[in-house]
Amino acid sequence: MADLKQLVLGRRDIVDDSDAEHELPHEFMTVNMGPSHPAMHGTVRIVLTVDGEKIVSGDVQPGYLHRCFEKESEHATYTQIFPYTDRLNYVSPMINNVGFAMAVEKLLGLTGKLPERAEWVRVIVSEVSRITDHLTCVGASAMELGAFTPFLYFLKAREWLYGLLEKVSGARLTHSYVRIGGVNKDLPEGWLAELEFNLDKLEREVMVECEAMLNNNKIFRDRMAGVGAMTRQEALASGCTGPIARAAGVDYDVRKDYPYSVYPELDFDVPVGTTGDCFDRYLVRIEEMKQSIRILRQCIARIPEGPVVIADPRVALPPKRDAYNTIESMIRHFKHIVDGIRVPPGETYSFVEGGNGELGFFILSDGTGRPYKLYCRSPSFVHLSTASSLITGHLIADVVPIFGMINMIGGECDK
Amino acid sequence: MSQKVLDALLAKHGGAVVHTESVHGDEVAWIARDHLLAVATWLRDEPTMAFDSPVFVTCIDRLDWRPVGLPPSAAWTEERPRFEVCYQLRSSTHRHRVRLKIAVTEKDPHLPSLTGLWSGFNWQERETFDMYGIRFEGHPDLRRIYLYEEFVGYPLRKDYPKDKRQPLVRRDDLPVNPIRKS
Amino acid sequence: MGVELSTTRLEDAAKWAKQSLLERGVNWGRKFSLFTYPFVTACCGMEFMSAAAPKYDLARFGAEFPRFSPRQSDLLMIVGTITEKQGPALKRVYDQMTEPKWVIAFGVCASTGGFYQNYHAMPGADQVIPVDVYIPGCPPRPEQVLDALILLQKRIAEGRGHSQLRDKREQLAVAASDE
Repeated sequence: MADLKQLVLGRRDIVDDSDAEHELPHEFMTVNMGPSHPAMHGTVRIVLTVDGEKIVSGDVQPGYLHRCFEKESEHATYTQIFPYTDRLNYVSPMINNVGFAMAVEKLLGLTGKLPERAEWVRVIVSEVSRITDHLTCVGASAMELGAFTPFLYFLKAREWLYGLLEKVSGARLTHSYVRIGGVNKDLPEGWLAELEFNLDKLEREVMVECEAMLNNNKIFRDRMAGVGAMTRQEALASGCTGPIARAAGVDYDVRKDYPYSVYPELDFDVPVGTTGDCFDRYLVRIEEMKQSIRILRQCIARIPEGPVVIADPRVALPPKRDAYNTIESMIRHFKHIVDGIRVPPGETYSFVEGGNGELGFFILSDGTGRPYKLYCRSPSFVHLSTASSLITGHLIADVVPIFGMINMIGGECDK
Repeated sequence: MSQKVLDALLAKHGGAVVHTESVHGDEVAWIARDHLLAVATWLRDEPTMAFDSPVFVTCIDRLDWRPVGLPPSAAWTEERPRFEVCYQLRSSTHRHRVRLKIAVTEKDPHLPSLTGLWSGFNWQERETFDMYGIRFEGHPDLRRIYLYEEFVGYPLRKDYPKDKRQPLVRRDDLPVNPIRKS
Repeated sequence: MGVELSTTRLEDAAKWAKQSLLERGVNWGRKFSLFTYPFVTACCGMEFMSAAAPKYDLARFGAEFPRFSPRQSDLLMIVGTITEKQGPALKRVYDQMTEPKWVIAFGVCASTGGFYQNYHAMPGADQVIPVDVYIPGCPPRPEQVLDALILLQKRIAEGRGHSQLRDKREQLAVAASDE
């Protein structure tokens, strides 16, 4: 078995130091990587100090996409913030929408009072988003390592899901579909059947093909296995969550540990890795896609009928028919749009399982229609802070898989 | 949910805790600045607490705090500390959470860094420094993280105008936009 | 739909853009051999991926291969928000590109800043470098990208790209001073 492993993984354990003594005297070199680098999705700058090819230290500098989410939010009504949340983690915008909506609902005391169908619809769109997130992450990482075909296959599958989400929300990428107290509108007719059809295609064609191409691909394994490993303690102390922490053996998933929405009723498993290296992160992401498909199948079978937005006049817009015909509804509509939803004073921290890990919103309300302070706990930022220690000791080429599997999303990391 | 954390905290470090509250299911403990390190170390190392994972650090600027629907006494006045630094902690074994709050004045905005206890706070404290100008004493590498070194001021403070740009580079043949000029 | 703006403030673009037969031939060739440098920063990158991926296939229009070195490319696609911190990097990338070069601002953030009007988001990439074609949309649909590319090709063929015009003007100025 050990021989086989060595054969598959390459012979990392054998270090050829026969000519180490004959090396010329050397000095460290500083190499600048980024902020616009082809092999990094997301814009980040790393100042590497290298000894030959080996990284001695790396200074990771984010902030090239700091778009002032928090300052913008302080000047926007609660409903107007949804488009900004879309652009946080732009690979899975629906989850951000849901996370923010849940935080405001917690302040309003509406948690658990939403119509049942709204909760199910939220779970469905979140899980579809999670699949697109992982598809992009794995596909882009594979491409950066030179495997172009899986990238094209994954993007083809992502295109199907984008098409579905577009039918729901009207936008391919930045959906702004969720509202405080529910969702914008009901799922279109026949959408669930279409989703099921696409999930079958995804599972039977794309996933099978890509796993066959990647899992036992020697180049892919050589560059992923044993690279950027993190122990369980490191993962906990650095605050890592999501696939990265799970790959390191931390059994933490917000959907299981602090269940929200209808997740307690659903049956799914949380994949946990052992070694915490890039290959485990890849495997965890692949498995999570399968679990998301499993969740979606259950949702399709069990989603109830009913309204998709709460009938509470404090948060829901009046029906368009009334807004045009009765003066009371029109005033209510106007106040909603201009002043925003009045949220009682108070502060709260609410979090969901985002594509990358625990995505939280800390809101402080002063009773007006705009948040006094809104803080986003973005998982990418926390994960990126570990990058500097992960790349130390590796080769420059290893920066690419490590960053690919950290899945740093610029909008979310830099906010 | 985590009321027992607050009870234990009060029992053990009664002198350090200014007061405690539970809002919307979140447990908040206000800690005196000088005792923060001792309390945080205890929270991490005590087996019944075991807060092994950091969640976030942020700061609240109370300059414009005039809540609607509360008595006028709730509004911020000059004599109160302007900033509140919030540390959120999580325990993976006990599944409880707690938020530590430390009041910091505008004149002397510093507090001890918790980076030595949880490495995950390193960047988050840098972020808070960058955005609010809070100095974390003992932080290994306290410099701006999102913004550039040339930036003057702390943008998330309430008195920083939202659209006050500090450009690093502009085209030399760029015409002055008449709308922006006015 | 890409929107072509008369971004050039040269005295009379049409005058400079007059081409000889040779130039016309060269520009016809140039418009089908664009080498793209994707300056991907933000959300629009996802749509850029979609535009380059099988379904929409940017390659059909001769902008086939992304070149990941500015020195080998002549079309700079600014995909996503440009911030003040990013500005110097963007300018350096543009300066490194070989002449003649063209720029597409992909998405509303790169065009005007979009709804990010704040202390760190730059109000459009054209604050730093001249832009030839702007694509609105947040993010634009892949169809819009294809449309913008066709617009740019038209502009290249007519010799009205920013760097083409500058080049031409300099040539004319040299010719005038020689006389």
